[in-house]
Amino acid sequence: MSALLHNGPEAIASTPSAGGWSVRDLDPRVRILVVCAFAATVVNLNAFPILGTALGFSLVALFSARLPLGKTLKRVMMMDTFVVFMLFLLPFTMPGETAFTVFSFAASWEGIFEACRIALKANAIVMMVLALVGTMEAVTLGHALSRLRVPEILIHLMLFTIRYIEVLNDEQKRMRVAMKARGFRPSNNIHTYKTFGYLVGMLLVRALERSERILKAMKCRGFQGKLYLLDDMTCNARDYIFAGMMIAIIVVLLSWEYLNVPFV
Amino acid sequence: MSPLFDLAGIHYAYPGHRPILNGADLQLFTGERLCLNGHNGAGKSTLLQIMTGLLKPSAGSVTAFGRERKAEADFTEVRRRAGFVFQDPDDQLFCPTVAEDVAFGPLNLGKSKDEAMAIVEATLDMLNLTSFRDRITHKLSGGEKRLVSLATVLAMEPDALLLDEPTTALDERTTERLVEILLELPQAMVVISHDPHFRHKIATRTIRLEDGAVHRPAPTCKHAKTA
Repeated sequence: MSALLHNGPEAIASTPSAGGWSVRDLDPRVRILVVCAFAATVVNLNAFPILGTALGFSLVALFSARLPLGKTLKRVMMMDTFVVFMLFLLPFTMPGETAFTVFSFAASWEGIFEACRIALKANAIVMMVLALVGTMEAVTLGHALSRLRVPEILIHLMLFTIRYIEVLNDEQKRMRVAMKARGFRPSNNIHTYKTFGYLVGMLLVRALERSERILKAMKCRGFQGKLYLLDDMTCNARDYIFAGMMIAIIVVLLSWEYLNVPFV
Repeated sequence: MSPLFDLAGIHYAYPGHRPILNGADLQLFTGERLCLNGHNGAGKSTLLQIMTGLLKPSAGSVTAFGRERKAEADFTEVRRRAGFVFQDPDDQLFCPTVAEDVAFGPLNLGKSKDEAMAIVEATLDMLNLTSFRDRITHKLSGGEKRLVSLATVLAMEPDALLLDEPTTALDERTTERLVEILLELPQAMVVISHDPHFRHKIATRTIRLEDGAVHRPAPTCKHAKTA
């Protein structure tokens, strides 16, 4: 979480697109809604050609978002490491026709196919999320979610996290440097564990103290339980065209899967 | 002329510690720039927090803007009329963007969104910060954060300012800019500062907090100014 947020804003700050238009110019609310609809669709697909097509659309979106290649790949890989364990285990846990055996454990074809399906779905969704939502400032995401009527308390939690995760990270880095400056080299011993315990403890104490100071600062400025978000998000023709296009894609994928209508 | 703030015989101790304030008195008059110094841990920040009701003294009276203030509700008005600039701008700036942070105070005071935006424009313009309007607060530099902190407080149109070590971690140029801004502001202010040059430039009166009480300092070096 920290790594995602931390790399996020700097890595892919919303830079104005040069010439033409890209997903970055679209209304953030439309982007979020479209991603949700796309994700809900993709998890309901099963046939390989259709999943492949969905992944294809995600790749097109990813390329048109013009994200830095290296950083994006790293983020996709982060998600894939979560999935990979499941992919290795699934063939052995799912009953079905035996494909091969490892140490007398049988791997089933059904399990292998299911694992591939999950991998395709996960990657298609993550790539679409990166292309449409990952290209927003985290703060913009908060604003857009608030405009989409997400409960205020969740928005506040998110915005405070975005605001202070960097401050906490800086504090952590300063402490790490101070440890290093006094010759601390982490290894596998009690001293190391104790020292990291102190580090985490200090971070918690400092975070608590900071939260008290922030509350005081908020009180001084008349805080009455409400944060005001100011933005001027507007939906224009381009957003409607984009939304229409994505709805068309979703309809094609779903009817291909469930009505067996081959469009392609 | 009645003072804006009149603190008399303030006693305070943090839980589990020795008393930090032992009968401290402080008066702030209109048009004054009162500098408050004293060694680390002398209770300077504590005194400012007592002035705004963030901490409750165990004994003594706080009179602000002509009325004695006791309950939490009494201090709501004090906090609006006395703008507190905190020592660490990261504590003060908690909104996502600069405009939202500056607008936070006015909106809490019941201003409409349009009125608040007009105040944001005017305040940022006054401090030459207009270009910062849509910046993300946590991506500002230290000096920028400090000036925006001041803007967030000025947006509430206070009658007095309480500044807790405003020059900490500022470079010379930003300090210079801060001095210019403070000298131009009409508000009375209490300024905590360890920087003798800074105090020399802005102070109309200096007091020293020692052993939990306020003293008029005897000049010990050429920077000290007792006037």
